[in-house]
Amino acid sequence: MNWRAIQALMRKDLKVVLQNKGVVIPIVLLPLILFIVIPGLVLFIPSATSSANNNDLAQLMAMVTPGLRDQLVGLTPDQAGAVFFLVYMMAPLFLIVPLMVSNVIAADSFVGERERKTLEALLYTPTTDGELLVGKMLSALVPAIIVSWAGYVLYSVVADLASAQLMERALFPNPLWNVIALWVAPAAAGLGLTSMMLVSVRAKTFQDAYQTGSLVVLPIVLLLIGQIAGVLYFNIWLALGLGLVLWIIDAVLLFYGRQTFHRSELIARL
Amino acid sequence: MTDPVIVASGLGRRFGETVAVDQLELTVQAGEVFGFLGHNGAGKTTTIRMLNGILTPTNGSSRVLGLDPMADGPHLRTRTGVLTETPSLDERLTGRDNLAIYADLYRVPKDAVKARVDELLTGFDLYERADDKVGGYSKGMKQRLALARTLLHKPEMLFLDEPTAGLDPVAARQVHDMIVQSTRQQGHTVFLCTHNLVEAQRLCDRVGVMEHGKLVALGAPRDLARQLVTNLTVDFEVDAEAVPAALQELEGKGITTSVAQQTGTISVRGATHSAIPDFVNLLVGAGIRIYGVTPQEPTLEDVYFALHGEQPVQRNSAEVIQ
Ligand SMILES: Nc1ncnc2c1ncn2[C@@H]1O[C@H](COP(=O)(O)OP(=O)(O)OP(=O)(O)O)[C@@H](O)[C@H]1O
Ligand SMILES: [Mg+2]
Repeated sequence: MNWRAIQALMRKDLKVVLQNKGVVIPIVLLPLILFIVIPGLVLFIPSATSSANNNDLAQLMAMVTPGLRDQLVGLTPDQAGAVFFLVYMMAPLFLIVPLMVSNVIAADSFVGERERKTLEALLYTPTTDGELLVGKMLSALVPAIIVSWAGYVLYSVVADLASAQLMERALFPNPLWNVIALWVAPAAAGLGLTSMMLVSVRAKTFQDAYQTGSLVVLPIVLLLIGQIAGVLYFNIWLALGLGLVLWIIDAVLLFYGRQTFHRSELIARL
Repeated sequence: MTDPVIVASGLGRRFGETVAVDQLELTVQAGEVFGFLGHNGAGKTTTIRMLNGILTPTNGSSRVLGLDPMADGPHLRTRTGVLTETPSLDERLTGRDNLAIYADLYRVPKDAVKARVDELLTGFDLYERADDKVGGYSKGMKQRLALARTLLHKPEMLFLDEPTAGLDPVAARQVHDMIVQSTRQQGHTVFLCTHNLVEAQRLCDRVGVMEHGKLVALGAPRDLARQLVTNLTVDFEVDAEAVPAALQELEGKGITTSVAQQTGTISVRGATHSAIPDFVNLLVGAGIRIYGVTPQEPTLEDVYFALHGEQPVQRNSAEVIQ
């Protein structure tokens, strides 16, 4: 592997990608809304109007799984609401960030490159197919993971500040979220990337690829609904298992994606 | 001329039903400017792709600079430079970034990158606009930048796919000079695809003409013209008073002549190169004194049309005379 070439590929992809508005929105706006605006709104507004009562708590307790119920026992209604929302509801939403960031960058890098007709010159360079692929993969993965981790830090600060009056001790960082950030989020970034590698074989334009590719958030939405519906809840074991499943899916998709990533096929498909 | 730098044997590529390149047999010598001509869709670009190891042939094999493009592609591509048909530049990046990134990809020594990029930007008259986004460049500027990118790593062999398409005459001239310089002074080899026959004639030592994936003619432009062109014009200089007699002699044999000028020059049209001595014999035999015989050299354009049979077929004087 020629790391200088890989770095050059990443530099090129990122410089190009950051000028695509369609990419900047999920990279900047999504984390901003998810990690700052939502926790801010949800926590500051109810505390100002002082709100949740035992009735609300009972409703919440009736809704969630017994495992999660145990986590909320002994908290005041406001505290239970905060923990439920900030720790458990936000966990699957957090995963949308690595997923979308890598997905949308990969769409620009794999499909946008072809659409802009800049792929051919790249194929004539002395890079190997492997280097080209690794360069493109890292272009999507590295920013996705950096944004996620920076997001986790930011979110921890905002969420702790927002819940400081309510809670006796800081909610973040905590072991569950550490597992999610360090183990599950990179796997989710991998899923965003590898699913886009497959989509890229057929998609003609960045827009096409982006629309089809963003369907990968559906499983995350299912997790979210599952938690509200009391089918499951995000504990460490679920996170570890989910991460493992995602890594396995990543490996399988990467295997298939690699099969299609050969110069000769890429040029014939131009 | 030493070892061949390109050898294609039975090289072919199919796309489904389409045969893009069919059984190509070709040898190009080091230091040669080789012109690759042919209609749209004749298989020129496909050939360049196979010779650089970025497209797998369906038949046959090739060796370029002694390497097998399919097995040694990356190594081979450090020694070749390819100007693609469309400039294939990142329009969202500046001219300088485009070059600097490719300098890394082409393994230009790290500490030489900046100087090399500046040198090329200056050489191609892009220095002033180097930090503007390429999207705002004119077509000619883009083409020049793409050429500069092709030369970053000082390749021994250049593949230029229609390098002057869309360039103004001055810019086209610069490209021609660059080609001449890199071959004549540095001994590099140039494989030039072009639709510009004047350009090919001026620059190329040899040309190959492709048609539907097949190589239908190969040789020095001059030789090809002699072999293939059957509607040559030959001027005969005779005594002014002998013109009517000479015309009568020629026309009596059914040979097409054009205006006989009072100066004593008769132009015979539709001749082949090999028939010139026969004309001379005919006239001399009739007692006409000849002061000069000037065949108007056929151009590659004539060759091209002769091959594609697209000009009204003129009467072949050689046949008439025998
Ligand atoms: N990737 C591909 N898929 C299908 N057909 C292709 C592909 N690439 C080339 N062809 C076909 O192969 C033939 C040769 O194409 P090629 O691009 O090599 O021609 P060319 O001589 O470079 O033409 P032009 O002068 O227009 O550039 C054409 O019929 C073209 O349609
Ligand atoms: Mg072509």
